[in-house]
Order: sequence, then structure tokens, then C-alpha cells
Amino acid sequence: MPGVVADEIELQIGANRGGDAPSRDGGGDGDRGDGQIPAYRRASVTGITLALGGILMFFLALTSSYIVRRGVTTDWQPVPLPRLLWANTAVLLASSVTIEMARRALRRGAEDAFRNLWALTSGLGVIFVAGQLLAWRELRAEGVFLATNPSSSFFYVLTGLHGLHLLGGVIALVYVALKSWQGSRVGQATGAEVAAIYWHFMDGLWVFLLLLLTLGR
Amino acid sequence: MASHAEVVHVHVHTAPTGFIRKYVFSVDHKVIGIQYYLLALFSVFLGMSLSLLMRIHLVWPALHLPFTPGGQMTPEQYLALLTMHGTIMVFMVLTTAPQSGFGNYFLPIQIGAEDMAFPVLNMLSFWTTFVSLLVMVAAFFVSGGAPIGGWTSYPPLSALGEIVGPGQGAGQTLWIVGLAIFCAASLLGAINFITTTIDLRCKGMTLMRMPLTVWAWLITAVLGLLAFGVLLAACALLLLDRSLGTSFFVPGGLVVTDQVITWHKGGSPILWQHLFWFFGHPEVYIAILPGMGVASHLLSTFSRKPIFGYRAMVYAMLSIGFLGFTVWGHHMFISGMSPYSAFAFSLLTMSIGVPSAIKTFNWLGTLWGGQIRFTTSMLFALGFVSLFVSGGLSGLFLAQPAIDLYLHDTYYVVAHFHLIMGVAAIFGIFAATYFWFPKMFGRFLNERIGKVHFWLTFIGVYSIFMPMHFLGIAGHPRRYADLTGVQYLNGLIPVQRFISIAAFITIGSQLLFLFNFLWSLWGGKKATEMNPWEATTLAWSIPSPPPFDNFAGHIPTVYRGPYEFAVPGARQDYVPQQLTPAEVATGEVSSGPTVKA
Repeated sequence: MPGVVADEIELQIGANRGGDAPSRDGGGDGDRGDGQIPAYRRASVTGITLALGGILMFFLALTSSYIVRRGVTTDWQPVPLPRLLWANTAVLLASSVTIEMARRALRRGAEDAFRNLWALTSGLGVIFVAGQLLAWRELRAEGVFLATNPSSSFFYVLTGLHGLHLLGGVIALVYVALKSWQGSRVGQATGAEVAAIYWHFMDGLWVFLLLLLTLGR
Repeated sequence: MASHAEVVHVHVHTAPTGFIRKYVFSVDHKVIGIQYYLLALFSVFLGMSLSLLMRIHLVWPALHLPFTPGGQMTPEQYLALLTMHGTIMVFMVLTTAPQSGFGNYFLPIQIGAEDMAFPVLNMLSFWTTFVSLLVMVAAFFVSGGAPIGGWTSYPPLSALGEIVGPGQGAGQTLWIVGLAIFCAASLLGAINFITTTIDLRCKGMTLMRMPLTVWAWLITAVLGLLAFGVLLAACALLLLDRSLGTSFFVPGGLVVTDQVITWHKGGSPILWQHLFWFFGHPEVYIAILPGMGVASHLLSTFSRKPIFGYRAMVYAMLSIGFLGFTVWGHHMFISGMSPYSAFAFSLLTMSIGVPSAIKTFNWLGTLWGGQIRFTTSMLFALGFVSLFVSGGLSGLFLAQPAIDLYLHDTYYVVAHFHLIMGVAAIFGIFAATYFWFPKMFGRFLNERIGKVHFWLTFIGVYSIFMPMHFLGIAGHPRRYADLTGVQYLNGLIPVQRFISIAAFITIGSQLLFLFNFLWSLWGGKKATEMNPWEATTLAWSIPSPPPFDNFAGHIPTVYRGPYEFAVPGARQDYVPQQLTPAEVATGEVSSGPTVKA
């Protein structure tokens, strides 16, 4: 179980802090497991999972709008998808690999490797968003704007909202890297785990949206 | 090196001392709960004032009213009042007080946690909600005033801007933005509620030992998590239609006020209805489920009997929550949907009657043979059951597409949703207020004033909403601002007048509550005992009001279910959840003075 190792690191971090316990640690430690897993680490993972549930519903609502809107009218002209999207996709997929490597490095205690891979992931995230903006520019050059036709409206809305969520992920990565984890309720390993879960989800979500935009044209 | 056990169990809980950190930007779930409650209290009086103006205008149209330029209310102003009344009541009162208010305050305490899972997020949820209220209310003060599209804001009316009416310009934009902010706040809150319930229960607090209030808050949070994201997406698309010229919801070829709309084409207004009601129907349960939890909790406590069929109650709430996501189409029977779809939605809608009936009969089963204590909070809980039944039964009629076609745009629907979603939920809030006030503020609300308040309100709301059913059956359309020009309504004006007078009395009697609330904060009888109602949950094992971290560092352990009243062989008629079997057997309690000798 990967989680168990992460916990050990966290315990070490806790141990290093000595008696300087975090102010709200151990709030509900206890019941559900065997008392070994700090409740707040568990809660962090639960929280991000639920948040992704909410985000999924948000994008599913847009998806079903896409399907309905495409079905009800005759003014749908499929937007020409910029080739650049495929390169962007490759960048994003690669970032999922690097963030996973970073997370595992932190678990091993290889802090230098973690920092480098974490920075690399953030960089790939920024490149992806920049690439999406370039794709927008390409479309603009072809005269395809937000309100040109429903297909282009959805293209800009879906890519834009996904891009915003990914930027949020980049901010989370920077936060996890720079935050002083001394005295906080959970360790950096948990922070990295939460950020990685979010990152993987945004990666998968993009693949889904890309499939919708290509197969559902 | 400290061991793991030390790290986890050392508790350093210093309450913040500065005014700002303690009362304004507080991360304490109890303070946040009260903040939500006060926001709802402000909003409910605002919402009631709007309905008061509407009721006056309906029956005395010639009367000069405040806030109406020129003294005469225009139909558009009436619709603006209607829109804002609905919006403020649904979102800022029915969604905030029962869930975010009481849920925030009592969920962590009832499951033995020191706070919510994410206290800072919790603070952000409240302040985001506060901002959304400000943005919405700001709609009154912009050019054109508040929007006139109703709380459902159907496009194309809501998507075309000022040319379709005053209020549809800046006012409607503010409404959408405010609602989107509210969605975000509610999503944050829902994540916090569910995580807290899943991960921060104290030792021994298994799922099936949770008080039914906790179950209700949990299921409500799940509904919110799944529903508000959809409304947020709908708001985003509507905003784009309004401001950036897209056509998600606006069809082509529209002619509005003699002007052909050329910049939109091909959109589907029905799509908005689907998205809105996919959120909107679960929203009804978001408003009412916490009330069900509170009613169950109080009926058991004040009947001095275990809740009848605890598991059935849990499963009934779960199935109501689940079915709530499958019935949104019943709000759209008149949208021209396929009769086959309507049939499916109709069947699913009526099937909600089954878990609802299970709940109702279990409430009656709980009361049966009980030693009922008629406190004010118990009266309101009984009132909740009454209103839930009265409001629910008319739902069975409206669930039939053929009947709904006739009744949909009449006062019948107004009567139905006000009874079941509005007033029943409000009764849940009142029951919770009278019950938990001593725990929250260390003083009781005045019971005598409370009972007068109950009877005036109970008789009042029935006097307002029962006659509306008959108006609806007689064909009286809803949303009409002026009745004088419509000949076939003339005979119904006396009924409308009766309703208006009943509304004045009912709304006036809420001032009794406001007085009671404010006066009791400082002058109410002191709640010296921890457990004045002789209740069983963890909230009553700690001082009133509770300390900053609820349990003063001693996280309790729970040994039993939440409704152990009249247990055979026990020395008193209630057994608190935290009592050990040994303590129950000997009657000697090692900690906490909840048991009287």
C-alpha cells in the first residue's frame, strides 16, 4: 500500500517536530481505522476526492449541454481542431508521469529528486496552458471565435474551463513546494499526494474532453 | 524523539482572542454556524418584507407603497419582488440556515469532532456566501432594478438583456453572478460536511450510531455536491449568452418588443430548464432533509422513546436523496416534452411517496404511546410533520402530467411548494432554534412567547396557503400582478384578501420570535444544566455554550445509538451515547454530570 509508506514519512515529520504538536492535530484520530493513520491525512484525500466529484458534475453538465445543443439544431459547424492540441496532450500526459515520479521520490525520502520532478511537472503544466492559448490563437487567425457557432463556443468554453482548473493545479503544486510544512496538520507527503490526485484527474479529464471534441464533432 | 502517540494526542487549543479572528473571520465551526444563521435571519425578514409588498399590492393595488417610484407599483416591479423573494428565500434562507447554520454548529459536536475537517475552507464558504448575498441584493440598486424572470430565470427572457424589460440588464447579470458565487460556496461547504462525517467521527461513532440529524446533513451535503456544480455550469453558459454573444439557450428568429433578435440563433431554452431543474429538484430536498433530521431527533427526544425504525429512516432519506435526482422533468411537463418522458418522470416522482410515507409513519410510530413533552421545539417538530404531509399530498396530484398541465401555472403550485419546501423547512429551523438555543448561547428562549409564536405561525401559514389550493383549482394564474382587470378573477378577490390579511398576521407574529431571540440572548433564563432536555447525544455532555474545541481536549467515546430512551433496566429514561455499559449498570458516572442520581 503506497499510503502506508507515506504515513511513515509523515510520522517522521511529526517526530522531528518533537513535542511541538500542531494545534489541531488528532481531532478525530481513532475510530475508523486502528488509530494509526492520522485522521487529517485521511481527510485530505477524502476532501480532494469529493472536490473532484463536484468538478466532475460541473464538466458532465457541460458535456450533456454539448450533446443536447449539438442535437437540437442545424447550425452546428464542427470547429477545425488545431494540430497543436495533440502536442499539448502529450505534454500533459508526460506531466502525469513526472508528478507520479515526484510523489514516489518524496516517499523514498529523495527530496532533491522530488523537488526537480515537482518543478518539471509545474513547468509542463504551464507549457500545456500556454499551448492551449496558442491553439486559441490559431483558431482566431482562422476567424473562429467564441460566438462564431455552437461548436466553437463549446470548444472555447471546455478548453478554457479546463485550462483554469489546470492553472489551479499549478498553483497547488507551487504551494506544496514552497509551503513551510512545519507545524501544519499534515505532512508534505500528503500535500503532494492530494495535488497529484488532482493533477491526474485533470489529465484524465482533458483526455475525455479531447475525445468529446474529436469524436463528438 | 516523541512517539507517534504523543504527537497525535497532545492538544494545544488556544482560542483566538482578537475580535476579528474570534467573531468575524473565525475558523471555529460554531461561530461560522451562527454567522450563517444570522445571515439567514436577515434574509428571511428581507424576503418576508418583499412578499408583504406583493400581498398588499395584489389586494389593494391603489395603495401607495414605499420603494415604488411614483407610488404605484408596476407589473415589472411586482415581478422583481417575486423574483427576489423566491431567490433570497430558497438560497439564503432554506439552503443556509438548516444545513450550513445548524449543520456547521452541531455536526462536529454530535459526532465527537473538535471542528470541521477544513476550518479555513469553512470560513471561506461563509464569506463567499456573504458576498453572493451582497451581489444579489445589489440588483435592487442598479439601473433597471432587480430581475423579473423569477427564481428560475428561464431564457430567453433572462438571456437577452434590457430589451426584454427593466431588471433584465444589470440586475439579471448580478443575479447570475451572485448565484454562481453561491454555488461555489455551497460546493466548498458540501465537501467539508461530507469529509467531516466520514473521517472525523470519534471512537465508537459508527454510521448507524449517528444521530438522524447527522445523516440528514450528510445526505444533504451529497446532494449539494452533485447538484450545485450543474447549476454553476448553467450559470456560466447563461452569462456567456448574455455578455459574449453565444447561443447556448437562445433560439433564432425571436421578436422581442418589436425588435428581431439577429445576434442569436439555434439555442435551446429547454436545455436551461433541464440543467436548472437537475439542480432545482435536489435543491428542494437540500431545503427539507435537514428539517426531517431535526424532526426525527426531536420527536424521539420529546416522546421519550427511541425513534421508530432508525434504519428505515436512514434508508428512506437515502432513497429520497437518490430519487431526487431522477425527477427533475416533473417541473417541465408543460415544456412540450414527450409524453413518454413525462410518464417516466411521473412514475419516479410518485415513487418518492414511498420513502416519504415511511418517514411519516415512523414519526407517528415514534409518537405512539410516548410520554410526550410539549416544549415549543416539539410543537414545531409536530408542525413540521403536519406541513410535510399537507404539502406532500398535493405533490401526488401535481405529479400527474395531465393534472399538472392545468394546475402548473396556477396558485396550486404556489401552495404546494410553499407548504412543503418553504414553511415545513422553516418549521424545522424553528424547532432546531428552540431546541439548541440553550446549547448555543447558554440561555433559553422564552417558552411562553415561543408557544404563542408557534400557534400564530401554525394557524397563520395554513390560513395563507390552504386557500391558495382552491384559487389554483379555480384557475387563478400565478405571477399576475394585477387582478382588477381580469374579470373571471373578480370572484376570487375576497379569498386573496383573506390570504393577505393572514399573511400580515403571520409575518407580524414573526416579530415575536425576533424579540424572543434578541431578548433571550441577554435576558433569557440561564441554561445552568448541560442537558436540560434530558437528551442523549454528545452535544448535551458538554457545557453551554461549548468551549472553543468542543470537548476541551477530551474526545469522547461512544458506546450506543443516539436514541436510547426508556431502556428497560436503566436507572433513568434516557441513556446518553457516551455512557459506558458499566456506568449504565451502576448509575455512577465518572465524567460529565449528565446523569442525575
